Amino acid sequence: MTSMSKPQIRIEKLNVQYEGHHVLKDITVDIPEKRITAIIGPSGCGKTTLLKTLNRLIELMDGVKVSGRVLVDGTNIFDSGVDVTDMRKRIGFIAQTPNPLPMSIYDNITYGPKIHGAKDRRELDQIVGHCLRAAGLWDEVNSRLREPASKLSAGQQQRLCLARALAVKPEVLLCDEPTSALDPISARHIEEQLLTLKKDYTIVFVTHILRQAKRLADYVVFLYLGELVEHGPAEEVLATPREPRTKAYLKGEIS
Amino acid sequence: MDKRRIEENFVKGVMIASTMIVVGSLLAVLIVVLLKGAPALSLSMLTQTPKGGYYLGKEGGILNAIVGSLYLAGGATAIAFVVSLPTALYLHEYAKRSKLASFTRQSLDILWSVPSIIYGAFGYTLMVYLGMRASLLGGIIALTLLEFPIMTKAMDETIRMVPPRLKEASYALGATKLETTFNVIARQASPGIVMAILLALGRAIGDAASVLFTAGYTDNIPRSLLDPAASLPLAVFFQLATPFPEVQQRAYASGAILLVIVLSLSVASRLLTRRFMRQVIR
Repeated sequence: MTSMSKPQIRIEKLNVQYEGHHVLKDITVDIPEKRITAIIGPSGCGKTTLLKTLNRLIELMDGVKVSGRVLVDGTNIFDSGVDVTDMRKRIGFIAQTPNPLPMSIYDNITYGPKIHGAKDRRELDQIVGHCLRAAGLWDEVNSRLREPASKLSAGQQQRLCLARALAVKPEVLLCDEPTSALDPISARHIEEQLLTLKKDYTIVFVTHILRQAKRLADYVVFLYLGELVEHGPAEEVLATPREPRTKAYLKGEIS
Repeated sequence: MDKRRIEENFVKGVMIASTMIVVGSLLAVLIVVLLKGAPALSLSMLTQTPKGGYYLGKEGGILNAIVGSLYLAGGATAIAFVVSLPTALYLHEYAKRSKLASFTRQSLDILWSVPSIIYGAFGYTLMVYLGMRASLLGGIIALTLLEFPIMTKAMDETIRMVPPRLKEASYALGATKLETTFNVIARQASPGIVMAILLALGRAIGDAASVLFTAGYTDNIPRSLLDPAASLPLAVFFQLATPFPEVQQRAYASGAILLVIVLSLSVASRLLTRRFMRQVIR
């Protein structure tokens, strides 16, 4: 590990198989705390699978086999004693396409806190205000919190999803190509929020846009066909890659 | 070129004609029933039970059948809902593609196509076995059996349409399966669930065969679950079977009332669905 930060997530010998395909092969890497880590690589290389393994969302798919360890703050999330719902509360997730819940803007944000036991009206109001501000959405929606989330634009919905993820006070935010379904202006909004949020959160995001990785990432993990090819501080990996496959990818020879 | 255009126009013409036949038959049924029943339609039809000599064309109305039908179909729909929703959710979120799920779905398909007289006969056998007489309860049981497959299948289909990304969103926040199922999936599917309920209610309220032996027929409004209950479809049946033109006219009037109830259910389901659609994520 470099001197930049202590690791918050330690991935050890992680293997994922899906219906006979070996999707992730022996991945071992540390994700630094309170930094933005970008997982890059061509499509189908296992980026999303790796991300979804970090909060065990991958288990929602039938026929997935996972082996290896993912240590978050020293605890293996695959340990039998780990409460999945509690672990997922600590590790937030933002999907590729905005996926607001079929309820009001307000209820979308309080959904998480409520299932984890928050009841007090004033506390919930506060969470809603705080999270919407942190996601840069407050000014646009504060007068219509009771309206259905389905009424928002795609860009607003994605920021709502960010706010909703923040509402359960996670330590880590996993983002799966969070801007790929958005127009450039909304994408810009999301990127700016992520840069602001990294002082409080460990952010891991998947992207296939190299320029986005350059703009956002402190640390880069490059996957190719399920293998971890190279990882390190962003400026090193993106400017002076050591591995030939990384070089080829960065030059656009493989995609 | 010309041949293709003729083809195009011809097929389009066939489609328009087919559509007209469908819409036309609905209108024809409505118009005939309303026209033939109109002379007998009166306020007393709706507000009174049959009085002395009613079946000979004298005083009274069919309040017994209206109330009976609402009790029968309402009761059956309530019970069917309580069982169908958990079944559909279970099939979808828990049993998934297991053998149990496919067996249940297969059974529902079969039950769906069982003629309602069979439910009536089954209900009757059950009642004889239990020593019950024709009653509101018996009718409700037979109609519930009729409604199960209709409602469960309709719900199953609507739940199937819920996008997986919504489930993912809920799980990612640390929700349990139960929380996800009831707070997200059932909510997203709520317009379809309402449709399923009203579809089953509509089928039940119009069904004659399943209540024939089970609910019986009476001139009174049932005062307990064990009293026999009249129903609109059977009112039509019995009135049409009399040799008196005035009473046959009342059969059409009863039919018109039944039609109006079914149509209002359909309109209500549209309005309700629209209301629930507001929250739904597309």
